[in-house]
Amino acid sequence: MEFTEDQISRYSRHILLPEVGGKGQKKIAKAKILLVGAGGLGSPAALYLAAAGIGTIGLIDSDVVDLTNLQRQILHHTSDIGRPKVLSGKEKIQALNPDVQVSMYEERLTAGNALKIISEYDVVIDGVDNFTTKFLINDACFFAGKPVVHGGILRFDGRVTTIVPKQSACYRCVFKTPPPAGLVASCQEAGVIGVLAGIIGTIQATEALKLILGIGHPLTNRLLDFDARKTQFREIKVKRNPDCALCGAHPTITELFDDGDPFAGCAVRP
Amino acid sequence: MIKVRIPTPLRPLTKGQGEVDTQAHTIVEMIDTLNASHPGIKDRLCDDTGELRRFVNIYVNEEDIRFLKGKETSLKDGDEVSIVPAIAGG
Repeated sequence: MEFTEDQISRYSRHILLPEVGGKGQKKIAKAKILLVGAGGLGSPAALYLAAAGIGTIGLIDSDVVDLTNLQRQILHHTSDIGRPKVLSGKEKIQALNPDVQVSMYEERLTAGNALKIISEYDVVIDGVDNFTTKFLINDACFFAGKPVVHGGILRFDGRVTTIVPKQSACYRCVFKTPPPAGLVASCQEAGVIGVLAGIIGTIQATEALKLILGIGHPLTNRLLDFDARKTQFREIKVKRNPDCALCGAHPTITELFDDGDPFAGCAVRP
Repeated sequence: MIKVRIPTPLRPLTKGQGEVDTQAHTIVEMIDTLNASHPGIKDRLCDDTGELRRFVNIYVNEEDIRFLKGKETSLKDGDEVSIVPAIAGG
């Protein structure tokens, strides 16, 4: 593929970087990234990846835009209330950059559809709002052999880590299982400072771009923890768990399943 | 003195404090001491059999206690302990 003059101008600040160059920008243009969740984390990730010129962005989300989303989900505007998030997202992405192909999946990611969808992409960004789907994304990416950038936000706290299956610690190596439903509070009860979605979602997009370009050091085996109250980042070392039920030496998880109730919530109950 | 970082979901039990100082020689002892001053916290960290809950991780100076000696991991003056539960908002 060859870039047009407009494309060379559009991506000039990338092409100028020795780590990217024309070659790297072509990798970006050929890349396919799946955003699971077009909400708080998915919004900034979608916009920056669209601006970067990612070839195909997949958006999977079964929700419609709600007034309470707009405090943080910057992919959606007031006029989008009541419209499917994937449709609203596709319009914003293509208004920003018509070079980008957008594939819409107006459904939930489930044990039934996850492998088929994920297998079509190079990198997955986890922007979902519940434990069950976070574990499902982790498991599906392991079976499909796709890297996934995990993010989580709650109140003033954010977490992000990159998982390269069979090479670095997976989400189950660290957290094993979702908390039981009785110990979980919903995001609606917990609250979140809107801009935190921007910080964590943008780090997720950075990680995805680095994986596509094959540059730098990915955020693998490190859980980055951000405290917005203190504006403090902390890095927690994580390791592959030899006893991990998914990627350990003697796995007990050998096929996908929905671990718990995706509607149970997103935070351990106080 | 051991400094324990309390995650947001558990702060209602520590009157909103994000850090609590305590004295303990092991993680088990630390949990009991914390529970004495902040009743209810043990129940959040351990299941009915006293084992640490699977979705809660504890780090001593940013090392996972699972790769040290688990809940028998020893603590010394000046150590920092972080309690890190999974969070799943998006």
